[in-house]
Amino acid sequence: MTNNDTGYIKRTLPKNVGKLGIILFLVGAITGSVGFFLDPARASYSYLNSYLFILSIAVGSLLLVAIEYAANATWSTPFRRMSEFLASSLPLLILLVIPLLLNIQNLFLWSHSEEVAKDHMLQAKSVYLNTPFFSVRVFVILLIWSLFYYLIVKNSRQQDETGDLLMTKKNNKLSIIFIPVFAITVTLQSIDWIMSLESRWFSTMFGVYLFAGITCSALAALTFISVMLKEKGYFHPKITKDHFYSLGTLMFVFICFWGYIAFSQYMLIWYGNLPEETFWFMQRWKGGWKIVSLFIIFGHFLVPFSVLLSHPSKTNFKKLKFISIWILAMHFIDLYWLIMPGMNGNGLNFSFSWMDISFLVATIGIIIYMFNRMFEKYNLIPVKDPKLQRGLDFHL
Amino acid sequence: MSRSNKLHSVAAIFDNPDKVIFAAEKVRDEGYKKFDVNTPYPIHGMDEAMGLGSSKIGFVTLFFGLFGGAFILLFMWWSLALSYPLFIGGKPFFSLPAFFPITFETAVLFACVSTFIALITVFFKLPFNNHPLHDTDYMKQVSVDKYGIYILLEDEKFDKDKIIELFNSLGASSTELIYQPKEEKYSMFQPKYLIFLVFLAVGTSASTYLMLNKLMYINPFNWMEFQEKLNPQESSLFFADRRSMRTPVNGTVARGFIPYPYKGIANPKEVLSNPTLPTTSFLKLGKKKYLTFCSPCHGNFGEGDSRLNGQFPNGPTFHSDKVRNFKDGMIYHIITNGQNSMSAYDRQISREERWAIVDYIRVLQRAKNAKNSDLEEIKKEPSTND
Repeated sequence: MTNNDTGYIKRTLPKNVGKLGIILFLVGAITGSVGFFLDPARASYSYLNSYLFILSIAVGSLLLVAIEYAANATWSTPFRRMSEFLASSLPLLILLVIPLLLNIQNLFLWSHSEEVAKDHMLQAKSVYLNTPFFSVRVFVILLIWSLFYYLIVKNSRQQDETGDLLMTKKNNKLSIIFIPVFAITVTLQSIDWIMSLESRWFSTMFGVYLFAGITCSALAALTFISVMLKEKGYFHPKITKDHFYSLGTLMFVFICFWGYIAFSQYMLIWYGNLPEETFWFMQRWKGGWKIVSLFIIFGHFLVPFSVLLSHPSKTNFKKLKFISIWILAMHFIDLYWLIMPGMNGNGLNFSFSWMDISFLVATIGIIIYMFNRMFEKYNLIPVKDPKLQRGLDFHL
Repeated sequence: MSRSNKLHSVAAIFDNPDKVIFAAEKVRDEGYKKFDVNTPYPIHGMDEAMGLGSSKIGFVTLFFGLFGGAFILLFMWWSLALSYPLFIGGKPFFSLPAFFPITFETAVLFACVSTFIALITVFFKLPFNNHPLHDTDYMKQVSVDKYGIYILLEDEKFDKDKIIELFNSLGASSTELIYQPKEEKYSMFQPKYLIFLVFLAVGTSASTYLMLNKLMYINPFNWMEFQEKLNPQESSLFFADRRSMRTPVNGTVARGFIPYPYKGIANPKEVLSNPTLPTTSFLKLGKKKYLTFCSPCHGNFGEGDSRLNGQFPNGPTFHSDKVRNFKDGMIYHIITNGQNSMSAYDRQISREERWAIVDYIRVLQRAKNAKNSDLEEIKKEPSTND
């Protein structure tokens, strides 16, 4: 399996990459668990932030794989494995969600029965927002995602050995089922994890907003890793700048989509001007949060937009690397901006805690470690995929 | 099209896309700069084969896109905030979020149209709108099922025989010499064409004018439209002030309506007495109307803790000694007449509903200042919801 007719040679990453992943994970996990002892409320919020970050990358990557199969895209076939590797932390999320469910009282106002008894709106919502149903929902959704990950990836790997055309057809069907399932489940997850932090607030666009962020971050992670591997010479030599141009374009598109959705959500609430909706944005326009809000407008939309706008910049490796790391960072800050102001009910001023970073470090450690493990075990490109040759020959 | 003797280019036809890509690479490698490829559909990898850099047309798009966005933003500022300020939904005159969609649309429109115009300007070299390749066998073939390359006369290395030789060695199925069209004059500026444009402009304007201002106002039956009476807001020469709408004689009272006697008096000496009985259904009406009209400022329980806190001056609490000692008629008077920054509600709440609100406010006050003896009474009554 080391050599085959596509000219791909299997190599492994340097050994210290896996070690780096473990070290980062341990550092983050240890400092984070200290945080859970010192300040459980703050730690649960920081943990939720990083949890949603890794969830975004994992499930977003699975979505990219599904889109490739469903659309029968050929240019992205050489990149598919990397998305599969990035999605490999999906089954881990089932374990990682347990600390959050144990700390549910620290996160959600609606989980306190005495608060619900006081508030008519929370009572009305308690049919949906109650701890047992919430936990079941979270687990079921994670299981569905993991199931699709397992099936799609299993078929894809099996094809590496057999070259069976049937696997592509099977995955095509699975992907076509997965995409609408994803649309519904990601909306539910966005409502559960983020919108219900401020139980009195609602926005019908929220699921789409999170979806846009998820897709941006998954694409950015894919771009960053593929550029790195290409530069270090691990990737197939036939991958040219035309491939990276397409990745850059896709990233540009989803940045525009994010901007469009973020603005639409803001404008509808601004126009309606109802106190029960506007307070959410007002809260994020007070004190230190105003700077974060402004930074997101510039950093999540204007900077990537202007960097990726011109034709040559989409093939420039340096710029691609910079902007993909930038977008990942911005997605983290975006999640921070969505989650943190809801701490302790409302009106908390912007404050930064070392726990935010420690859980992020652990998250990055998990992603690096899982990627490295998958990289050791499996081929970086799907060597017997029927679409692969056309993907490698892709030209603009 | 008649042709002059002046050569424009040498063209070659190839049978399949692989050959034309190969040929384009060779022509590029031979050092020719001014050549182009025509194919019936876009061929992947052709940019690279021809050695083209990234297109400069993007700058035109960017410039006109930014120009269009800035222009329309300025226009909206001028028209909606400066020249004719309009209140829309209580927003500021210049409210950026509302202008964003229009700015975006106009930027896209300007960018697209300018890109298209720039492309045809460069391609045809406007005002010359008669490309030499038009009406050639070469163009007829490459727009159906063949692939062609042509090298222009302007190229530094242009040599007719050498090029034909090169094309033949690359496997061209045929070669063709293309000559410039004979007319030196720009066909765009021919009198016939200009007169046609003038007629088109006049015809379009005239028919639009007729349609919108004359035809649409032809009324097949006008029996009802013009009547011997005056419509509201019309002027009339009958009265000295030329108004057709007259005010009623002073002291006119509508049928079945007794005017409120203390209207417009800030602190009336005497007030009406409450004519209603606080039955359950009447108090329910009072609660409904209270929650609709009063609670936004005075709070759901009359404590002056409104949900519009901070956006309007807060209404006072109803549980102060002053309000509790008001007569029913005084509260009715304040609802009817308004007080301080509270406006009069007599247009929005009917007389009966106003009395119901008064009764409901009494209920709130009683509940807030309940005595121990009240508990005894509640225990005696059968428990009811609401």
